[in-house]
Amino acid sequence: MDFKNRDIISINEFSKQELLYILKIAGLMEKKPNPNLLNDKILATLFYEPSTRTRLSFTSSMEQLGGKVIGFASPGVSSVKKGETLWDTMKMVDCYADVTAIRHPLEGSARLAAEASSKPVINAGDGANQHPTQTMLDLFTIQKVKGKLENLHIGLLGDLKYGRTVHSLTVALSHFNPTFYFIAPEALQMPKNYLDELREEGIPFSTEQDLLKVSKKLDVLYVTRIQKERFPDPVEYEKYKGVYKLDMGLLPHIKKELKIMHPLPRVDEIDTSIDETRHAVYFEQAANGIPVRKALLALVLGKIK
Amino acid sequence: MKKELTVSAIRNGTVIDHLPSNITFKVVEILDISGIESIISVATNLASKKMGKKGIIKIGNKSLTKDEVDKIALIAPDATVNIIKDYEVREKIKVAIPKIIMRIIKCSNPNCITNNEKAATKFSVLMKNPLKVKCSYCERIMEEEDIVIL
Ligand SMILES: Nc1ncnc2c1ncn2[C@@H]1O[C@H](COP(=O)(O)OP(=O)(O)OP(=O)(O)O)[C@@H](O)[C@H]1O
Ligand SMILES: [Mg+2]
Ligand SMILES: [Zn+2]
Repeated sequence: MDFKNRDIISINEFSKQELLYILKIAGLMEKKPNPNLLNDKILATLFYEPSTRTRLSFTSSMEQLGGKVIGFASPGVSSVKKGETLWDTMKMVDCYADVTAIRHPLEGSARLAAEASSKPVINAGDGANQHPTQTMLDLFTIQKVKGKLENLHIGLLGDLKYGRTVHSLTVALSHFNPTFYFIAPEALQMPKNYLDELREEGIPFSTEQDLLKVSKKLDVLYVTRIQKERFPDPVEYEKYKGVYKLDMGLLPHIKKELKIMHPLPRVDEIDTSIDETRHAVYFEQAANGIPVRKALLALVLGKIK
Repeated sequence: MKKELTVSAIRNGTVIDHLPSNITFKVVEILDISGIESIISVATNLASKKMGKKGIIKIGNKSLTKDEVDKIALIAPDATVNIIKDYEVREKIKVAIPKIIMRIIKCSNPNCITNNEKAATKFSVLMKNPLKVKCSYCERIMEEEDIVIL
């Protein structure tokens, strides 16, 4: 499989085989340090919106492979402030870097950046649209902690309406014969177009409000934050915020092998008492960003075939 | 036998035929032909065997661009574009919705990069009837009623 010069913009563009291949390379990256693999290469991190964790993860991945990193962490310090278009910025960055990771508040920005650039572009989040490296590290984590991706019962909990992470993960997991449980208050349920897609593909799913109704069936529970601002009615929010706060009281209602994931940062949806249990894998999940991003950098730069 | 022409004949130009009556003026609108000096005749509610009632637009000394033909396809998928040379129909183009729609429609997502930076829009057509498209940038799916022609 040849990923040289490929842009990583949307999870929708990756076949099952391609996803599995990326995960395989990530596995190799984890086993063996390659401190000189990207020796002569430069990564530009263009962050038009602050995201410390994602930026540090890209930076660390590049540096662990011997590469260098240039860029900016917020648009205030760049020529963006002077009104330069994204297109023009990319034309300039093309001369300075071999690969770009871009985070931008507008949807579709990463695609436009990739069109402007002759070098590979990795989308590190474009508004509410896509964040494909997050989805890939989520898959990598599930594969590691469950030993497989196929035939799993996956619960997705929290803000399923606006959460791009859960949308992308649903699309990606659909390759692997899953059963989905979408657990959210009515107002924040999975958008209809995603459910229609699942129906069309014949993938079983149910929508629930009550976690305890389905918790015993789950192999993986993916938790996301519910933001107060999302609720039209504050009373509604008060009603639900407690329901989706996971604590030790949940343990009698889940399988021994259930793994709990979260894209982080969390606020209070997972009590810290859960952290020490066998179920918590969210810190490991965050750490998995490194091998996955290393794999992607090496692949798009053509250093691994 | 020469058929009688409802509106005046043109020597060279374009005849857009088989328009649903109720969208004839919408086609005039999207074509942006108000500045043209040559003859333009617009007829609507004409009797038609195929369609019951139809509209027709005749524009002297103008040929349509690919974008213009595609725009017509979006709102009148059964239209025919006739190219007239020396009073004769020289070519007949059946309009068709392309697989990829470039430039001619606007993304309905205000947060899409194409609405914030000068960039040509691009949509892949998911379904032709009713029309359903997906923005190649922000990935928003638009149904027929959300589609705005530029
Ligand atoms: N010189 C002309 N000036 C103006 N209109 C013309 C001219 N020649 C043809 N037309 C019009 O162009 C359209 C197409 O002409 P054509 O002779 O191909 O008719 P047709 O056989 O009915 O075609 P169709 O099968 O597409 O309905 C008709 O509406 C006709 O009136
Ligand atoms: Mg006819
Ligand atoms: Zn768009």
